[in-house]
Amino acid sequence: MSKLVYLVPLFPLIGFLINGLGRKSLSKSLIGIIGSGAILASFVVSLVLFFDVKAHGGSVVSYFNFIDVESFKIAFAFQVDQLSSLFLLIITGIGFLIHLYSTSYMHEEEPQHFGRYFAYLNLFVFSMLLLVLGANYVIMFIGWEGVGLCSYLLIGYWFKNENYNYAAKKAFVMNRIGDLGFLLAVFWIITRLGTTNYADVFANAAHLSKFDATVITTLLFVGAMGKSAQIPLYTWLPDAMAGPTPVSALIHAATMVTAGIYMIARSNALYSLAPFTQHLVAIIGLATALFAATIAIKQNDIKKVLAYSTVSQLGYMFLGLGVGAYTGAVFHVMTHAFFKALLFLGAGSVIHAMHHEQDIRMMGGLKKKLPITHITFLLGCLAIAGIPPFSGFFSKDEILAAAYAESPIYWGVGVVTAGLTAFYMFRLYATTFLGQFRGTHEQEHHLHESPSAMTIPLVVLAILSVLGGMVGVPEILGGHHELHHFLSPILTTEHEHHIEHNVEFGLMAASVILAALAIAFAIGRYSKKPELNDANGFGKVLANKWYIDELYDAIVVRPLNAIATFLKNIIEKSGIDGIVNGVGKLVNYSSRQLRLLQSGLVGNYILIMVLGIVVFILIWFYDTTILRMIGKIF
Amino acid sequence: MPIQYYIYLALALFSIGIIGVLVRRNAIIVFMCIELMLNAVNLLLVAFSKMHHGVAYATDKASTVGIDGQLFVFFIMVVAAAEVSVGLAIIVMLYRNTHSVDVNFLNRLKN
Amino acid sequence: MNITHILFWFLSALALVSAMMVVVSKNPIHSILWLILVFFAISGHYILLNAQFLAIVNLIVYAGAIMVLFLFVVMLMNLNKETEQQKNVWMKLTGVIAGGCFLVSTCNVIFNAQSVSRELAGKTALMKEGSIGLIGTLGKALFSNYVIPFEISSVLFLSAMVGAVVIGKKD
Repeated sequence: MSKLVYLVPLFPLIGFLINGLGRKSLSKSLIGIIGSGAILASFVVSLVLFFDVKAHGGSVVSYFNFIDVESFKIAFAFQVDQLSSLFLLIITGIGFLIHLYSTSYMHEEEPQHFGRYFAYLNLFVFSMLLLVLGANYVIMFIGWEGVGLCSYLLIGYWFKNENYNYAAKKAFVMNRIGDLGFLLAVFWIITRLGTTNYADVFANAAHLSKFDATVITTLLFVGAMGKSAQIPLYTWLPDAMAGPTPVSALIHAATMVTAGIYMIARSNALYSLAPFTQHLVAIIGLATALFAATIAIKQNDIKKVLAYSTVSQLGYMFLGLGVGAYTGAVFHVMTHAFFKALLFLGAGSVIHAMHHEQDIRMMGGLKKKLPITHITFLLGCLAIAGIPPFSGFFSKDEILAAAYAESPIYWGVGVVTAGLTAFYMFRLYATTFLGQFRGTHEQEHHLHESPSAMTIPLVVLAILSVLGGMVGVPEILGGHHELHHFLSPILTTEHEHHIEHNVEFGLMAASVILAALAIAFAIGRYSKKPELNDANGFGKVLANKWYIDELYDAIVVRPLNAIATFLKNIIEKSGIDGIVNGVGKLVNYSSRQLRLLQSGLVGNYILIMVLGIVVFILIWFYDTTILRMIGKIF
Repeated sequence: MPIQYYIYLALALFSIGIIGVLVRRNAIIVFMCIELMLNAVNLLLVAFSKMHHGVAYATDKASTVGIDGQLFVFFIMVVAAAEVSVGLAIIVMLYRNTHSVDVNFLNRLKN
Repeated sequence: MNITHILFWFLSALALVSAMMVVVSKNPIHSILWLILVFFAISGHYILLNAQFLAIVNLIVYAGAIMVLFLFVVMLMNLNKETEQQKNVWMKLTGVIAGGCFLVSTCNVIFNAQSVSRELAGKTALMKEGSIGLIGTLGKALFSNYVIPFEISSVLFLSAMVGAVVIGKKD
């Protein structure tokens, strides 16, 4: 069965080629069918693979040698196991829904741009699948770079807007910084172990020295920081909102940002050897979670709020990875994929209805006009806020429980963040859907529920958000945590601590109560009287994202700019150009002067010749004497 | 005679030839000075030829060591004769075109 | 101080003085005549060195043919001493100094440079004796070892002749 695995990335690749090459001749409906159909086909194959893996376990399928140098070989191989098949389902399943949604959302685009959009989207999914399927770090790196490229292309999809291009460039550059870390980690692995195959690396991981393990994992984590938007490389993700909304959904839910989580979960055998890196991961994750949550409180752009919530949730996942709760992290990736895709697509539906208005202060009271969007969005908010029995509750709770086992401080910060999450999500919900409509009259007139191609994915995702947690119900709530058992062959569990059941109940109750209080407060505070003015005081700092962009600008961009300007204006102009032009001028001038020697007067020539002979004779016969004389002079 | 005497003599003649070439503007005189230099060299060649011959002559009266030098002189004369015929033709041509045999007029070739 | 020495010094002095007169003479005809005298002196040296063939050839070819050719040309052009423009004094001085430098440096090499003076120490040119300068000996060498250059030189003459005709032709 697993021989079929090549079909999974092949379909999106074919879709990419057809849509990309035929974007000028194919009709829009055909492009939509090809684009979505390709993903649907790979989803079907993924389903088959998933159940195959569930029944028979994973395997590695090798196709050919990608690099073959003497004893060093890198195979182009796919690894189908519990972890990758789960990710396949998430990527292709949610990817398909997003494609379906896009056919309607992007319908106003011109056919060729429509084709370009779907080609990019397919390529994006293809890259992500390659990343997930690769059986070694090099294949993963190909996909890794592929998603970076596709995110660049899609964020800058509306390339006529200069700011969007900047956002795209920012995403690309930030990702490159992380990619460098990843690349160095791969090189390090190769020099120490001579292979990049997961199986070989993890089998020999015990031979690594502590230092090597720490460096490799830290460098891998730097790669994950860039791709999964962690402090300090997270700033590209909010700016990535420049792309079309389904693209944001794709980046945030199915592809791209989960790559870092996947990579670390995949490398868990290495991370277990490096406690230092684990602490680093946990702390960075926690800091990112809290930091992004505070920023999200004061954002007024519906997509920005969701973007920061993604950053925050990714922080959660890294916290889970850091404290050894790999299953919890992967679980949260899954549930997060459901509700974040739902929220983004819901936001897209709102934006669609509002004619590309994204400021929530201009919305309000959309509850009646957009019933399906409203309900599904509410469910998504409840899921992300961690209210039982929605999916987010289970995954978040698992991470928090593991964090508590590691250190109660982790848990404390995590719970505060969870409260903040509930607060800002319901602030968003209340401001958008409750109260009175605050937009223009014209907008109100055109308010309408989105077409079914957009609402069906919403409904499907809403169902998944509600029920998705059921695969991981912990034992104390009477479940079996099937996901845990499913993933146990891949993920080490030795670092998972077990805490008392009554303590775990207490932790759950605390987080749920805090979330509920935050929700109640947010609805009470914002449904009637949303904050319409610009924030001031500390709120202004939050609204301006802690001035992090400005800080980066001041400490990185401006010095670089200053150096570049200096090099350009001073070194280049007067230094390099001066030398180059100077050589030219010198030659020009000296030849102008030497030209005068060519007087055409034979006598002069002979005179010079004779003098030359004299000098020659003297040098030939008196070289030592002359050298001695020169030595005396100097 | 000591060979140095011949060398000094030949050098002196050669230098006079050089000075003549440098100082005079009449192409014919310049040409003659060149001939003078050639002759200085010829004289030197003959002297060296006899110098080498003298060493071998002391043991073998019939030796032909050093004959090369004299043959070289012979060929130099041959070449000089050919050179003079062409050179004088050029000077005649120069005179016909410029009504002068001033070597400095040759700089017109520059343009 | 036998007769050979006397002749050597006399011929040397004659050659040098005549050579200087060649350069100094204002009139080209005089220059030519002085140059002929130089050639005679050099031929005298050849005889002293027992290079009889070269002495004769020198007289016939140089003093006879070539210098007559010069004379012809000069007379053909009717060059008077007034027609020659003199170089300015500085140029002349530079020329003399350059030539002097050449003479001084080369003589210095012969006289002082160790590698050269060691090589030449005690070497003499064989006077009045030796058979290599005789026509018979030279002829044998010329028509055995040097036959190819000799034949080639005939081609050279031919081409020089053609060249002279082509250049001198009125067109």
